[in-house]
Formats: sequence, structure tokens, C-alpha cells
Amino acid sequence: MEEKKKTWKELPEGDILEGGTSLQFKTGNWRSERPVHIPEKCIHCFICWISCPDGAVKVDEENGKFVGFDYDFCKGCGICAYECPKDAIKMVPETGEEK
Amino acid sequence: MKGTGRRVAKTANEAFAEAMRQIDPDVVAAYPITPATEIVQIFSQFVADGLVKTEFVAVESEHSAMSACIGASISGARAMTGTSSQGLALMWEMLYIAAALRLPIIMAVVNRALSAPINIHCDHSDTLGARDSGWIQIYSENVQETYDNVIQAVRIAEHPDVRLPVMVTTDGFILSHCLETIEMLTDEEVKEFIGEPPVRENLLKSLEENKPITIGALDLQDYYFEHKRQEAEAMKNALKVIPEIGKEFGEKFGRSYGFFEEYKLEDATVGIVVMGSTAGTGKDVVDELRKEGKKVGLLKIRVFRPFPFEEISKALSHLQVVGVMDRADGVNSYSGPVFPEICACLYDLEKRPKIVDFIYGLGGRDIRKEDIAGIFDGLLKIAETGKKEFNLKYIGVRE
Repeated sequence: MEEKKKTWKELPEGDILEGGTSLQFKTGNWRSERPVHIPEKCIHCFICWISCPDGAVKVDEENGKFVGFDYDFCKGCGICAYECPKDAIKMVPETGEEK
Repeated sequence: MKGTGRRVAKTANEAFAEAMRQIDPDVVAAYPITPATEIVQIFSQFVADGLVKTEFVAVESEHSAMSACIGASISGARAMTGTSSQGLALMWEMLYIAAALRLPIIMAVVNRALSAPINIHCDHSDTLGARDSGWIQIYSENVQETYDNVIQAVRIAEHPDVRLPVMVTTDGFILSHCLETIEMLTDEEVKEFIGEPPVRENLLKSLEENKPITIGALDLQDYYFEHKRQEAEAMKNALKVIPEIGKEFGEKFGRSYGFFEEYKLEDATVGIVVMGSTAGTGKDVVDELRKEGKKVGLLKIRVFRPFPFEEISKALSHLQVVGVMDRADGVNSYSGPVFPEICACLYDLEKRPKIVDFIYGLGGRDIRKEDIAGIFDGLLKIAETGKKEFNLKYIGVRE
């Protein structure tokens, strides 16, 4: 069913919204290449996590472990792969087949 | 009831600063530029002397000045600034943002020519260039009007049906640096007239813990248009609010204000349309020509945004010839910026006046009584012969 969009009379005034609306905007589909993690090379240094401009690297803070990428928001910029000191991330073309 | 204020000699810059002191805004952010520098310079002394509670932010540019005002206004604070010419030009992108976010910021603009060539003197090219930015624009003929307009601007901007920023203009040097005896309101009268800024619930939420809001978020094909439509409606609402506040001001303090002033226009056959200090000179000329039996009149635009389309149309409808005086050039091969707007509001009249444009006073070039008398003679000749031999004339330029 199509979303019922608000008219100009119904919208809140002046582009003022609740916080965090960017979570509803999945920018992952902009991606032409995706980062792929190579677990045997990873030393869990978190350089990918701190370098990611989109907060799309998921980590387990308690155990200090790399967990994975948030493909809903990863735009495929490749900074993580470039910064990784152990070449534990490779960029592969999006084929549209993976989810 | 008339105001209990006192008569004092003030320049328009001083009057702006005094009005700001009485308004006592929460935040003033400004960067100096001739001829507006004095406004915030004088005001900063008020801050230093503890006469106001204002947080004064000395920023590094006009772009930052408007940005700081936007930030302050978003938090619910009353924010003001002042500038001229290049300063206004540097604010450009922030002007549109202030208006579209519906922030009731008040700005004193001292009209000055835009570069190049570099020039510090009066024309209206700066504010007329900002005519589509979503700001309400109120022009002043003299120092008294400058002062009165700023006080009213607070009420207009903050009115819940409007919530748009307002720029109040005055003519650079001609008014900004010239002393005139004006009647100031008392501090208490100003405080009572402007009241407290209305509470905006949606903004207040931002101050509550764990209830963040987003302001000015990305707004693409599916919502941008609706938000611009809201802004357009607010400007339309200002058409209703501005004369109401002008009338209330008159009832309280003895000086009423509308969209424009008609001077001996009612029974005139020809009339000029003018903004700013030239209106004063124009009225003198009207008086002199009336003594010679010439049926001339004048319409002084006070409120240019919103543009009082129907009202101006009605006020000019009986004339045979209208002359628009543009203190800016559209550099478009046919007119200054005010001319097409006046043409537009006359177009649908069954019997419409002939209309011509006069560009004058660029870069502070003096406009003399003889110049305006010459304009009226030209209009009377068109009325007499029924023939227009020109659409645009430059007045006071060396040919």
C-alpha cells in the first residue's frame, strides 16, 4: 500500500522533525562495491570501525570483536578496506544478487 | 493614547541601535560594514554597559552572523543583526534558510550599492536583490519610520500566522548618518508592545532530554514543495498581520502604518511610485507642482514583501500615467526591479494607466527636486498626448 503523504497544511512547520530520521533512509542501495571481511586476517584493531564515515561497521564492544558490516547504511566508499593494516577487508563489485 | 516618549535627535543608525536596546534581544550576532557599522557598534556599548541582557556574538563574517542568528532563533531566542550591501550579499544562502525554517529574525539593513565598482553609498540593489528570499521587507522614508518599523517588525515576525524574518531598511548615509528629531517610545512602552516571544512547542522539545529534533533535514521531491507552500502561505498571512500591527501602533503611539502611503494621489492624474527617503523629496515636489495646478501625486511603498498586489493596483487604478522610480537597475535591458511588479498589478485593470520606469540614484547619486519635477513633467506630457516615447529613462546620469 502506498504511503499517505502529508499535505502542506498537515506537515509540521518549517522542516522541523523528530530526531534520527536518517535511520529511515537506507543509503546502502547507493553502493556499487561492498566490503567483505576476511576473518583469518582480521586482528580486531577497530581501525575500520573508527574510519567508517557512516557508522556502518558493527563491533562487539564487550569482547572487542569485529562483528560485520551494516549493509543498510554502508555506501561502499572503501575507506575501511584502504585503512585496514592487515588487508582483512576486500571490496567486491555489487552484482545485485546478494541481499 | 499617544506615546509618552521624548523627542530626541537621532540618526537612523542610532535609532536602530536604540530600538534594539529597548527590544533587548537575547542574541545579536553581527559583523561591521559601512554604513551599518554604527548600529551594532553603538549596541555593543549598550551590552558593555549592562543596559541589555543580550548575548553579543562578534562573528568573522556576515555569513556567520546570519548563521548564528539562525541557531539562536531555532532555540527560541529573539535574534537580531544589522548589515549592508556586500554583507547582505554574503548572507545570501542563509537568508533563504532563515525564512524557510520560519525563524523570526529581525535585521536592520542600511541600503548601499553593491560592488563593483566599490561604493559605500545608497541605492536599493542590495535588498531588492533579496526580494525572493522569503524575508518580509519594510522600507523607511525617514529616521522616525526606521525606528517605528523595527519595533513593529518584532511583532510581525513573531506572529504565529507569520513566523518569517523581517528586514527593515533605511537609506545609507541619507538617513543612516543624518540627524533627525524623532519621538522615541519609552522602554516600558516598547516592552509592553512587543511582549514576550510566543512559545513554540515543537522547538521547546529540543531542550528536553532524550527528545532530539531535526531541523532543516533533507527534503526531496516528495516534501520540499509542501514546505515551500507553507512559507508562501506565511507570507500571504503577513498581508493581514502587517496592517493590523501598524494600526495598533498608531492607536497606541499616534503614528499609524499601512502597506504604503498615498500622498495627494486621490485626485491626481499622474503619480510616481517610490521607496525610501526619496519619498520625502518627492512630496515636496508634489506640493510645489500642486501650487501650479498640476494634478500630481505619490505612492510610497513601505512594505515591498509581502507585495500588496491588490491594494497597490487599487491605489493606482485611476491614474492616467504611473512613473516608477527604481533605485536599482535590473540590468535586464528594460527596467529596474520595482517596475515589473507595478506593471503586473495594473495589468488586469479594465482601464489601465500607462507606465514608465525611471532608474535613479545609483551608488548614492543625489536625486534633486528638479529631477523629480522633470519626471512629473514627463508623465504629464504622456497624459496629455496619450503617447509614450520611452519605457525607461535614467535620471541624473551624465549622458
